Order: sequence, then structure tokens, then C-alpha cells
Amino acid sequence: MTVSVQEADFDVGAELAALSAGRRDVGALASFVGLVRDDGGADGVSAMTLEHYPGMTEAALQEIVDEAAQRWTLLAVRVIHRHGRLLPGERIVFVGVAAAHRGESFAACEFIMDYLKTRAPFWKYEEGAQGGRWVDARDSDGSAAARWEQGWDEVEGRR
Amino acid sequence: MMAEVKILYFAGLREALGCPGERLALPAGVDTVGALRTHLAARGERWAALDAGRNVRAAVNQRMAAADTPLDGADEVAFFPPVTGG
Repeated sequence: MTVSVQEADFDVGAELAALSAGRRDVGALASFVGLVRDDGGADGVSAMTLEHYPGMTEAALQEIVDEAAQRWTLLAVRVIHRHGRLLPGERIVFVGVAAAHRGESFAACEFIMDYLKTRAPFWKYEEGAQGGRWVDARDSDGSAAARWEQGWDEVEGRR
Repeated sequence: MMAEVKILYFAGLREALGCPGERLALPAGVDTVGALRTHLAARGERWAALDAGRNVRAAVNQRMAAADTPLDGADEVAFFPPVTGG
């Protein structure tokens, strides 16, 4: 159940392999990888810089992982979030969840991302053709996180 | 004796205020996150970025906080825009 906040890239295959290495009880590995995206608009995105709150960031991510582990029976979790200046196509975030069955791993992976989007202190600054701008938080991120408060975990995670 | 806290500002708010943080001796009566925010916004000019109508979040001792979170025992208070990671 480890979290990392780092500038360096990560190896998705190696991280996935590590989640079940040496174990016989893992039946499902779910993962999510978030990338810097050029939205293709007139302004475009030529680079993205991720700022964070050192100290709080790691604690907030660990708290999210701990909450996921209370909701579902998880065998291993890995969260990596990068900071610094990244280019379109580069990896920003990795979430990997090992569980006995797919329902728990899918649900916990999505839960961790939804909570990360609203609770982990990261901020994105986009550079484009017209200069730079701080990315605004989206209302949909708040509603994605809020649905876990409304019993959706019962529906989605425990089938 | 007045308690001194470390205040941090992040991202667009840091740029709007023109400073990454400060140390402040809490005046009498400034005993919650909301009261501190009001106190800072009252400095005027660029500090209006902390006005009540602005979308600003806060943390106390590196945990997300609300306007009514007490500053009793607070060493570090941070103000920042809604987060946009992931």
C-alpha cells in the first residue's frame, strides 16, 4: 500500500508486476494511467506543469488508499503521481490495485482516482499557443467523488 | 502571547498574491480558518483574491480544512484553489 510523489517517470509493466510478485492470492489487477493530453483546441496544450504541496500530498494520497482499503478487501495498492513540467503523451499518474476478484480491483481503482481528483493537493498549469493558464477544477470531478458517498460502492464494488 | 503560524499559498492563488507564504502572529479573535481568511483579505488590493466570493480551499497542518476549522494548535495553514491533479 505505497504512494510516491516524484518527478521521474515510472514503468507501468514493472509496477503491475510488483503488485502480485511472489503472491498466489491475487486474482485481479486493475490499473489506471493518466496522461498529459493536448485537447486539440485552438490554443492547444504544449506542456503541463504540476505543482503540489510537499508533505500534505503524500499524506492525502495515503489517506485515500487507506479509505479504499477499508471499503474493499485489497491485497496491494500502488499510487504514483508525478510533478514538474510534462509534455503531451507523458504519464502523470498511476494507480494499481491487486485483489482477489475484479469487482474489488475495478471499484477501488476508480474510487482512488475520483478521490485523488478532489482531495490530493495538485494543481495543473497548461502552456499553449496563447500563453499559460491554471486549469480550473471541473464540477464533474466533484460529482464523481460524491457518488461514492451515496452507496454506489455497494452497487459497483460488491457484485 | 499570540500564536504564530506559517501560512502557505499555492498555484494560481500564490501568483495572484505575489508570495508563496509568510509567518503571521494571529491577532486576537482570529481563531478559525475562515477568520484568518477574512483577516488576510482585508489587506485589500491583491489580497482580494481571498475574498469570500472566491473559490479558495484550505488546509490546517496539512489536512483539508473548512471555514470553521479552529486554528488552536495550528502550525501551518495553507490556502489554494480547488485541486486539479490526476
